[in-house]
Amino acid sequence: MAPANVTMRVWRGDAKGGAFKDFQVPAAEGMVVLDVIHTLQATQAPDLACRWNCKAGKCGSCSAEINGKPRLMCMTRMDIFQRGETVTVSPIKTFPLVRDLVTDVSYNYEKAKEIPAFTPGPKEPDGTRRMWQEDVERSQEFRKCIECFLCQDVCHVIRDHPENKTQFAGPRFLMRIAELEMHPLDVNDRLELARARAGLGFCNITKCCTEVCPEHIHITDNALIPLKERVVTEDYDPLVWLARKLSRSK
Amino acid sequence: MDAYQTYEYDVIVIGAGGAGLRAAIEANRQGVRVALVCKSLLGKAHTVMAEGGMAAAMGNVWKEDNWQVHFRDTMRGGKLLNNWRMAELHAKESPARVLELEEWGALFDRTKDGLISQRDFGGHRYARLAHVGDRTGLELIRTLQQRAVALGIDVYMECNLQRLIKDGDRVCGAVGYWRATGELVAFKCKAVILSTGGVGKAWKFTSNSWECTGDGIALALDAGAEAIDMECIQFHPTGMVSPPSVRGILVTEGVRGDGGTLKNSEGARFMFNYIPEFFKGETADNEQEADAWYADKKNRRTPDLLPRDEVARAINSEVKAGRGSPHGGVFLDIASRRPADYIRKRLPSMYHQFKELAGVDITKEAMEVGPTCHYLNGGIRVEADSTATRVAGLFAAGEVAGGLHGANRLGGNSLSDLVVFGRRAGLYAAEYVKGLKGPGPLDGGQVETAVRTLLSPFASKGTENPYAIHADLQECMQSLVGIIRTEGELRKALEEIAVLRQRLARVKVEGGRAFNPAWHLALDLHSMLTVSEAVTLGALERKESRGGHTRDDYPFADDRYGTVNMVIRRKGEALAVAQEPIPPRRDDLKTLLQEKK
Repeated sequence: MAPANVTMRVWRGDAKGGAFKDFQVPAAEGMVVLDVIHTLQATQAPDLACRWNCKAGKCGSCSAEINGKPRLMCMTRMDIFQRGETVTVSPIKTFPLVRDLVTDVSYNYEKAKEIPAFTPGPKEPDGTRRMWQEDVERSQEFRKCIECFLCQDVCHVIRDHPENKTQFAGPRFLMRIAELEMHPLDVNDRLELARARAGLGFCNITKCCTEVCPEHIHITDNALIPLKERVVTEDYDPLVWLARKLSRSK
Repeated sequence: MDAYQTYEYDVIVIGAGGAGLRAAIEANRQGVRVALVCKSLLGKAHTVMAEGGMAAAMGNVWKEDNWQVHFRDTMRGGKLLNNWRMAELHAKESPARVLELEEWGALFDRTKDGLISQRDFGGHRYARLAHVGDRTGLELIRTLQQRAVALGIDVYMECNLQRLIKDGDRVCGAVGYWRATGELVAFKCKAVILSTGGVGKAWKFTSNSWECTGDGIALALDAGAEAIDMECIQFHPTGMVSPPSVRGILVTEGVRGDGGTLKNSEGARFMFNYIPEFFKGETADNEQEADAWYADKKNRRTPDLLPRDEVARAINSEVKAGRGSPHGGVFLDIASRRPADYIRKRLPSMYHQFKELAGVDITKEAMEVGPTCHYLNGGIRVEADSTATRVAGLFAAGEVAGGLHGANRLGGNSLSDLVVFGRRAGLYAAEYVKGLKGPGPLDGGQVETAVRTLLSPFASKGTENPYAIHADLQECMQSLVGIIRTEGELRKALEEIAVLRQRLARVKVEGGRAFNPAWHLALDLHSMLTVSEAVTLGALERKESRGGHTRDDYPFADDRYGTVNMVIRRKGEALAVAQEPIPPRRDDLKTLLQEKK
């Protein structure tokens, strides 16, 4: 491939202010957006701030908005863009800006603390834990989550209304509640938490979270909707609620 | 002097991968005040990238498996250079550590009986690796992270500790900076646990993440501790080779564990030509027996699953002989050997990774793979039971510690290492601090020197760019201290490292202190250069080929070196290497090693 240039428009600045800046970078075969950012750091903008760790789509550190779409920079190949197209990279919008492409994602770590821990029931009589593959697979899908927080970023409940952050845990942590609810061994009950403190009712299943998930987790269909169904069933049927309580504490 | 915040704890743990998390959990359980300090966000450490699984002789799939067999496999895989006591503890305690993860919410794949499933991996006689598809590291780190959060352990994220502070002979604190603001921070404590992971970022082609700059090795050497067998670097045989921008990214050994095979450009399964004498008795010498081994362990193991050092060297030889793939690797074929559904189910992230980064469908075509710098087999010298270094109050666990793996680590033994010795580090550090009164005073002079060093790249009158120094170091280590080494090249590498060190003294960082990656890199280069020098010194001194260390000028293992560690110490500004005997083995363990088949 002939060495051509790509034009990058990258956000530079901090909480006080900033602007997009254009850069020209030589293209290389197979390169991803994160490669371009690294090239910029090495050659034109040494203090350009961005988070990254694995560069293999496994750690979820390098989240950004690329041409307005929430994506991992390490998994976005440059050849998906038109030749000559300017590629715009900006920080994820829902969280406060630290510097350049780095945001303060502490909201997510705070929400994680609010979810009661995994609590297993008693062991089998032979001292083992037995679970069946088809039963663990439901929660395993959610445990593929790499905590890139792109689902949190795109969710309009907090993206457009930061004031909701106090009462809404976001798709990532509602999914975590669903994961624990569907865990074959767990005996804790987090449905009231999901309804009240985590704000499940805010979600109106527009599936934006599912669309941006780099792990292709069916967040809405497999986690949020079933969680809503469980909450509704308990809310409207005290007998179901009681039966569940009893069967869990066995 | 610049102002800095000070925190006070009994124990601080530096690094929040599997070992650091497990250490902090244990210290908390022992009732001491513990802080977990990490240079990335919590849950992003390199552990997250581990794929294949966690080795533990639970006997869920093969009842014949037990700790003695696991011990033997680990020692033989390490070419008997291992610390036998560590290998014994590891083999005995791994099953309990896996089950403990399950108690904390981990969801491993299951057997037909509902127990934790175990998969085949290189060098392990039985299917032994507890796993979750090919994302076992993510499951491990997330489970430990969620456990640490549930326990309310204090975590300081994006805080990079760069210098240890001592009170006389003992460690009593550490100094570093917050990445977000660039402000300085000091921790006052009675004990420090180093769990900073590996060193791969000193090489050009590596499977390692941004974090793996060898910080713990440098901290330990600078504080007066020792490192052993640093020359034994593991080059994982299968990294991606194409396109160039993804070269080095790991392709799990699980591909071969699940039936994949290596082929050269002539379509031949070349590993049959590379079975060393040492493993002849247990390795299949024909395709029929190799393929039958997957289902029936009465057959001998396929040579595709020889220990990693053997496979990496074989690939290197095939490429050199002109039988490589178009991009300078070899072919790894599972497409023609297993159904597409099975591949997608067992290896989902490999499927995803090749599809998105290389445009290759691994259920339809072969992958191109080649060796990539993967793991530090050696590391900080520790006492086997307690993980204590020779410096009072300083402990080390996980990849940063040496001994367990000898000259070459078996796949799957890393994740179990993290939790077995992470727990021990937390336990013994807690025990150590309980015997002390208060933390020693933080010596103002030492803190001031540390602060001045950290800030020097801003004040520098030099013009050196940290990215350029890093790129040159990676080029040097890749070409001169790679898989195959010679005396001349190693001497040249030492000269180049010395020049890079001079250049680092003239490094200049532009911009401010808030989240400035050029500054972060300039500081991490101290660790990378220290590690590179230690590896090269060890490689010069070990005049033989063993495990992760191959000398073209000494191509065979030499018994005289089979019983010595290469010990690295700091002597003033310089590092020095010395040969010291490995601890003698207990008689009952010797018997386990001698036992045939």
